[in-house]
Amino acid sequence: MENITNHPILKIPKRKLVNFSFNGKKLTGFEGMVISSALFMNKIKIFGHHVKDNSPQGIFCSNGQCAQCTVIVNGKPVKSCMTPLADGMIIESCEGLPELPDDDKLVSVGDPPIIETQVLIIGAGPAGLSACQILGEKGVQVIIIDDKDRPGGKLVLQTHKFFGSQEDVYAGKRGIDIAEILSEAVHSLSNVDVWLNSTALAVFSDGLIGILKNNEEYIIVKPKYLLVATGAREQMLVFPGNTLPGVYGAGAFQTLVNRDLIKAAERIFIVGGGNVGLIAGYHALQAGIEVIGLIEALPQCSGYKVHEDKLRFLDVPVYTSHTILSANGDNQVESITIGQIDKNFNIISGTERTFACDAILIAVGLNPVDEFYHKAKEYGLKVWVAGDAQEIAEASTAIFTGKIEGIKILKEMRLNTIDNLDKLEEKASIMKLKPLPPVQIDVPDIEEGIFPVFHCNQEIPCNPCTSVCPQKQIETIDDSIMQLPYFKGEKECTGCGRCVAVCPGLAVTLIDYRKDKNNPIVTFPFEMTIEKLKVDQIITVVGNHGELGQFKVIKSRIIKEFPLTQLVSIKLTSKIAKYAVGIRLQPSIVREPLELYYKHPLANDTIVCRCERVTVGEIRKWIHKGITDFNELKALTQVGMGACGGKTCTPLIYRIFSEEGVSLDEITPGTLRPLLIEVPMGLFARTKEEDKYRI
Amino acid sequence: MLEQRRRINIEYDVIIIGSGSIGVPTALATAHDGLKTLVIEVLPSVAQGDNKHAIGGIRATHSQKSKIWICQRSIEIFSTWKKKYGDDIWWDEGGYVFIAFTEEQEKLLKDTVDLQKKYGLNIEYVGAEKIKELIPGINDQGLLGGTFSPKDGNASPLLALHSFFRQSINWGAEYKFKEEVIDILKDNKKVTAVKTIKGTYKTKNIINAAGALAKKIGQMAGIDIPMQPDSHEAGITEPIKKFFSPMVVDIQPFIDPKFGNSKNYYFYQNKEGQIIFCLTPDPSKFGTDRRETSSFLPQISKRMIKLLPRLRNIKIRRTWRGLYPMTLDGNPIIGPVNGLKGYINAVGMCGQGFMLGPGVGELLSRLLTRKINSQDNEILEDLSLYRNFYQVENFK
Repeated sequence: MENITNHPILKIPKRKLVNFSFNGKKLTGFEGMVISSALFMNKIKIFGHHVKDNSPQGIFCSNGQCAQCTVIVNGKPVKSCMTPLADGMIIESCEGLPELPDDDKLVSVGDPPIIETQVLIIGAGPAGLSACQILGEKGVQVIIIDDKDRPGGKLVLQTHKFFGSQEDVYAGKRGIDIAEILSEAVHSLSNVDVWLNSTALAVFSDGLIGILKNNEEYIIVKPKYLLVATGAREQMLVFPGNTLPGVYGAGAFQTLVNRDLIKAAERIFIVGGGNVGLIAGYHALQAGIEVIGLIEALPQCSGYKVHEDKLRFLDVPVYTSHTILSANGDNQVESITIGQIDKNFNIISGTERTFACDAILIAVGLNPVDEFYHKAKEYGLKVWVAGDAQEIAEASTAIFTGKIEGIKILKEMRLNTIDNLDKLEEKASIMKLKPLPPVQIDVPDIEEGIFPVFHCNQEIPCNPCTSVCPQKQIETIDDSIMQLPYFKGEKECTGCGRCVAVCPGLAVTLIDYRKDKNNPIVTFPFEMTIEKLKVDQIITVVGNHGELGQFKVIKSRIIKEFPLTQLVSIKLTSKIAKYAVGIRLQPSIVREPLELYYKHPLANDTIVCRCERVTVGEIRKWIHKGITDFNELKALTQVGMGACGGKTCTPLIYRIFSEEGVSLDEITPGTLRPLLIEVPMGLFARTKEEDKYRI
Repeated sequence: MLEQRRRINIEYDVIIIGSGSIGVPTALATAHDGLKTLVIEVLPSVAQGDNKHAIGGIRATHSQKSKIWICQRSIEIFSTWKKKYGDDIWWDEGGYVFIAFTEEQEKLLKDTVDLQKKYGLNIEYVGAEKIKELIPGINDQGLLGGTFSPKDGNASPLLALHSFFRQSINWGAEYKFKEEVIDILKDNKKVTAVKTIKGTYKTKNIINAAGALAKKIGQMAGIDIPMQPDSHEAGITEPIKKFFSPMVVDIQPFIDPKFGNSKNYYFYQNKEGQIIFCLTPDPSKFGTDRRETSSFLPQISKRMIKLLPRLRNIKIRRTWRGLYPMTLDGNPIIGPVNGLKGYINAVGMCGQGFMLGPGVGELLSRLLTRKINSQDNEILEDLSLYRNFYQVENFK
């Protein structure tokens, strides 16, 4: 493991090295990066051991939501994923229970302030920022808070180009750039206060919101109107080895790689073929991390076909109808065992295979983070919800729902002048449509001149190619954003390559027959290296059904508007030119499985609640005894009562209930209580300290 | 069909209304003593009312003899439970410490100790040095001393009640959940049955153990119960290595112009290493609102950090709010009533239901099986509905 020094999309900032120690060993890391990433840089993945069963603990959520990454810094237990590294830090692993430092000096205490605002927005992701812009531009006084160090939500981790339309949601731009556009629009408004590193801890019944501001100050905010735009959290799975360091949510891994610029693993395996898993694979490859494979339990990946193709073209095997059987390793992930499943999701005996990997990314779906919305509603606050907190969808949809809920708040304030809600809602609903199965598309017959070929074979809401053509010759069928694009050919294609460069799916090529009809020049998009590919460099060309061969690059160019997508031209025979879809640097390699490692999963020994180390067997035992009240399960097993407050295990337990034949309406849901995350007591008393509190 | 009819015609020896801190240990005792017992609960499962809001303190060191006697027996039950029945209920004999910072507090505590000693309680008034030993890191500015009762302790209300519940079932107690009681049927000044939204259950005796809802149940029987709930907020921290054992009770009043004044507060470190704390607001917040307020954390954090500065670095995990069914004198109302045979109150526990429960349960079972002794008689007289409620308990 090391820091990433070279990335095709992300700029590598200059970072200052500082010294620190871990369990007495002298190490260096970058100043200001979170401690967990500094430890990863030094190949340290085990941060301590659990008090209950001595199991190894390390990074899991990478998001400040659990406490599994706890380390002892200068004597105090802190979450390493939230605490910035500083020079001279003495860090120790957290073995069992931490000791509370016997720091008994008397401190003065004070009262947290209560701040009033017209609107409070929790979450500065695409939804929160979009709503904030709508409100801010009308002069509304807004406080928008986010628990991260920069606005943009998960967009700041997205190096790929987005779908949708250019007009409404910046289609064709990368997530990181959309984050910047949205943030700038908000930053320029003087009536908007942006609080970063600020976590909403609780919505109280007196209508006040407790906020940990800038990770160092407790403030109570009294808003007239509240918008919850808190995004989503990742679902986990129950399988043997699921709590080994090295098993992460895909988003947690993206944080390590794309935010902290750490090569957090050498070889990863991805579980889940939705967009999140597919994109995580692409991001890993861009960061120089090998992707051993991706499995999807369904017969097809549920993510966009073009995302899946990006991985396939880069030589990542995608195993559909497969599931994870176990994560293996003594103290951290060393391999994964997968197996094929039949249509009833039963494992087909004999199909089990084990592959070496040092990280497993779980990308099996998202759940809305909507507890503040429900609490606020219950407590009678004027509250709205947008983005993934409202309904899980793409970031582009979150931009729409943010605008819509922002307008609704304006209406409530009687400040709305434009009433385009219907139109926005219609567009948002289109963005939410699930992708249809891919269709067979025919390549064009014509073999002269120059024109784009669209390898885009799935109806998804996307049309930036229609906006960028200077000749206005690209349209979608019926002018519908859901339909596939085609080249009209009424005017000549200039060969500018903008449609190739803008396509978020990297699914457009340009074929030029003008010089040599038998050996046309094909231009591909490429975004895997920061350096331009060299003339005569040998690369591999791929089609939908595999490799088409090795060819020499004849040209690589960049359009100013799309600086990070190279347009690489290659001469191919006319026989294959129209079928060539993508390029990669290396020819295909065959990844041999290891000797099968497959202890029959002791399903009952598998951990469900990582914080309190509660097993599936323990949960099942009580379900068999007739328990249907989640609160009773909590009382009996401590499940969901640990540091993360049940964020990870709750959906898993619902699944166990359903496996045991208990229907959802029989179950009494668990009571949700403050706080969202654990916070030092001193913050609530505003003690005056020279040392800052760290969560 | 016959089976069904037989079941409808079953007459219970006792029906307990409420499966909380009092109802469950009472069912445990009555079932153990061979009484045909049914517990009816409006909530979906056991101990889902205010039992789970209790922080888990258990002491016999009260200032009122009946409570002392009841809790002495409760402590015997809690402390021997694991040995007898195998379930760990996190009983921890950590003791209780009441701290004195003023001469007035000191005098109050010393006077109480004298009374408590009369009843054989293990409690001493100790000086500041001993308190500092018991609570490492305590702010000793103005610390005069306090009482220490080493035989008191704490246990998990969640684990204890579930374990009592399962053992009571082993002994034959029956439970009905999600059943709201809508009437108490009487005949000739005698209770005959309990009517719920789902059916009618015949019984000779009814025990009202409905906690904060007890007043409503009393009304169905035509009994006015002078009780009204007030609310207290509580919280729990992350677990840390154990560094103190007793329940710490700070009885100083505290002026807090911004977030509200408070009376006492108390906290202890449980067997898992978590610190659990609770505050008594001043004035009391009467009513049944259990929703968390924004005032509690600033209120309690200031007080706890002033007392024990190192706590500023411990992380708070969760907070909640629960109800104390309060009586005028701070003592429970336990026993039969005039004019309605078979109706028994076990209500108004004033936030001490968890520690009183096992002792109360056995007492009521003796009452029903006609085995009460002279001490029981004294208790029943003391805690009678018809007592004069002006003798206020020192630390209600």
